[in-house]
Amino acid sequence: MTDTAPQDGPVLPELTRPTTPLRAVTGPYFGDFGGRFLPEALVPALDELTEVYEKALVDPEFLAEYRRLCAEYTGRPSLLSEAPRFSRLAGGARILLKREDLNHTGSHKINNVLGQALLTRRMGKTRVIAETGAGQHGVATATAAALFGLECTIYMGEEDTERQALNVARMRLLGADVVAVSQGSRTLKDAINEAFRDWVANVETTHYLLGTVAGPHPFPTMVRDFHRIIGEEARSQVLERTGALPDAVVACVGGGSNAMGIFHAFLDDTDPLVRLVGCEAGGDGIATGRHSATLTGGTPGVLHGARSFVMQDEDGQTIPSHSVSAGLDYPSVGPEHAWLAATGRAEYRAIDDGPAMDAFALLSMTEGIMPAVESAHALAGALELGRELGEGSTILVSLSGRGDKDVDTASRWFGLVDDQDRPAEQGTFPGVPGDLEHLRELARGTLDTPAQEATR
Amino acid sequence: MTAPRSVAASGTDRLRAGHAIDAARAEGRPALIGYLPVGFPSVQGSIDAARTLIDHGADMIELGLPYSDPVMDGAVIQQAASAALAAGTRTRHVLEAVEALSGRGAAILVMSYWNPILAYGPDAFARDLAGAGGAGVITPDLIPDEGADWIAASEEHGVDRVFLVAPSSPADRLAYVAGHSRGFVYAASTMGVTGTRASVSAATEGLVERTRAAGARNVCVGLGVSDGAQAAQVGSYADGVIVGSAFVRALIESPEGDLAPLAAVADDLRAGVDRARGAGARP
Repeated sequence: MTDTAPQDGPVLPELTRPTTPLRAVTGPYFGDFGGRFLPEALVPALDELTEVYEKALVDPEFLAEYRRLCAEYTGRPSLLSEAPRFSRLAGGARILLKREDLNHTGSHKINNVLGQALLTRRMGKTRVIAETGAGQHGVATATAAALFGLECTIYMGEEDTERQALNVARMRLLGADVVAVSQGSRTLKDAINEAFRDWVANVETTHYLLGTVAGPHPFPTMVRDFHRIIGEEARSQVLERTGALPDAVVACVGGGSNAMGIFHAFLDDTDPLVRLVGCEAGGDGIATGRHSATLTGGTPGVLHGARSFVMQDEDGQTIPSHSVSAGLDYPSVGPEHAWLAATGRAEYRAIDDGPAMDAFALLSMTEGIMPAVESAHALAGALELGRELGEGSTILVSLSGRGDKDVDTASRWFGLVDDQDRPAEQGTFPGVPGDLEHLRELARGTLDTPAQEATR
Repeated sequence: MTAPRSVAASGTDRLRAGHAIDAARAEGRPALIGYLPVGFPSVQGSIDAARTLIDHGADMIELGLPYSDPVMDGAVIQQAASAALAAGTRTRHVLEAVEALSGRGAAILVMSYWNPILAYGPDAFARDLAGAGGAGVITPDLIPDEGADWIAASEEHGVDRVFLVAPSSPADRLAYVAGHSRGFVYAASTMGVTGTRASVSAATEGLVERTRAAGARNVCVGLGVSDGAQAAQVGSYADGVIVGSAFVRALIESPEGDLAPLAAVADDLRAGVDRARGAGARP
């Protein structure tokens, strides 16, 4: 049993380790998953990072600086918003949105980046490198590099630089170098490979500011800890708003950082049970093989420094992932998620491109909130889950990022741009475009009738 | 080509890495170790290329198992491994290559990232490698801390396990790695990925000395060695000189089937290790 009494005042970021059973797990292993599978050359750097991090956790000065940045730079606490019209599409379940999209730089990524940037300074390093998929982590890292006066190089798959051109420009305007990675599948996994190669060569001066809860220890634990504030705030906000814990918490999962951040506060809420539901990218559908749903369609293996679930063939070669969302397009997943899936504490489902893009438009039309395509997978999952749970249930959704960066993707998906303006590329969106008119009808159907207005 | 025999080689007819290094040592020189990825330009082409290296003085062959996410490899080896995978190279082809190359006077090792071995099953891989006449495995992204299964499997089947050390490794890590390695310890000459470099850092000699002081009998140096002059310099203090990208580049730049340029690179390197311990070579 855990505390369910609403707190007075806003919840502040906390870095000391919780003591309840599941929340107390700190790696390097989460059950059979995690560890450090990487070249010996990087062991000293990981040892140093672990040591500096462990010291920072109990250093009041570090915590004070981190809290100040969260409040004055990021804009924490983030809001908890009702979504009444959207909720009507979810079988009447009450959907509450944790608004990480309102953070500075437009997503949850800044929480982790600021923490690691502070650690970079403590280690006396002058340069940060990072991988990025959708560009959100790259933008957040470039932002922190500007704030802290660090050199910054961002590795991004060439395919992603094309579909997220706006974020590439943002990073360059923030003073970062952006390297388009043309090896392999030219997406996030290849950007991570290239970042590791840079790190081995430049580890004396450079910190690898990994952006998700994957990679070798201590990254999964550390990145999770810097994102724990998402769930800790949300848990308190939901209690205060509704007087009870939510029935379910829903988040999108690529590497899984926003999901671990919001799940963590609820891990030990098992009686009564708060269901934890991760939404992976189903891409064109699990059956097609073109997806990024690692926990649904992958097998245990090692990639990028950790034992987790991996999309791989029978020889252990990584199978390229696919998703309309660059930020979820990753063929592995954080080891703590693999453990939560294996133990059954969290459940994971695949959301295909179509339902995710529908949810993107539906939240925009019903609430005036345009989500990131990544977060739209969680919203689509909440629509499904709401219909399963029905009226009277409460679902907390991690709205991990905002959708400005995805307007181009959505415009093409829904056929809003003229053919002559479309790039020559073919096959990104096979089949018919999304049916925007149908979605508008659905959205109009959520409007209050006069009778309903009177009762509100 | 037949599948690897799982019962054939019981150790007596298998040349292990330590034997190859000792034989070179008896000749007053370091061992020459050549890396080639299996499947480039084709499976048979890589076997033919490795035979050329053996015929031109290599004491040991490192057969690379091409992997989709090679974080320790630079552009040249990435290009060859990626082509090998695109052409359909599988783990079983690597074991077939081991079998085709064993018994020719050189110790045959496999260099593989960990996940392909994990997928094959560590015990099954050690068993089948020994069955094919292979000597051992170099694992660039497996540290002994995570290697309990591999250590057990390699002991069980008498397979060398080669872990790596780097210029960044402190004394306690050197001792830990040396204590868990069999055959030799692979000393990375530089903080970086595979690839040819203009010079090999003078600090490498210190790393080799520190690794020996930490308990390693055989320390071989890799990363960045590409010609006879560098091989002679590194070979003056190392027990073996490992060359990869220079060989792979020779293959990439030649028409398929023309192994003369590869042989020329091997001859130059062998001449380098032959003169490495000559009068005045060692300071």
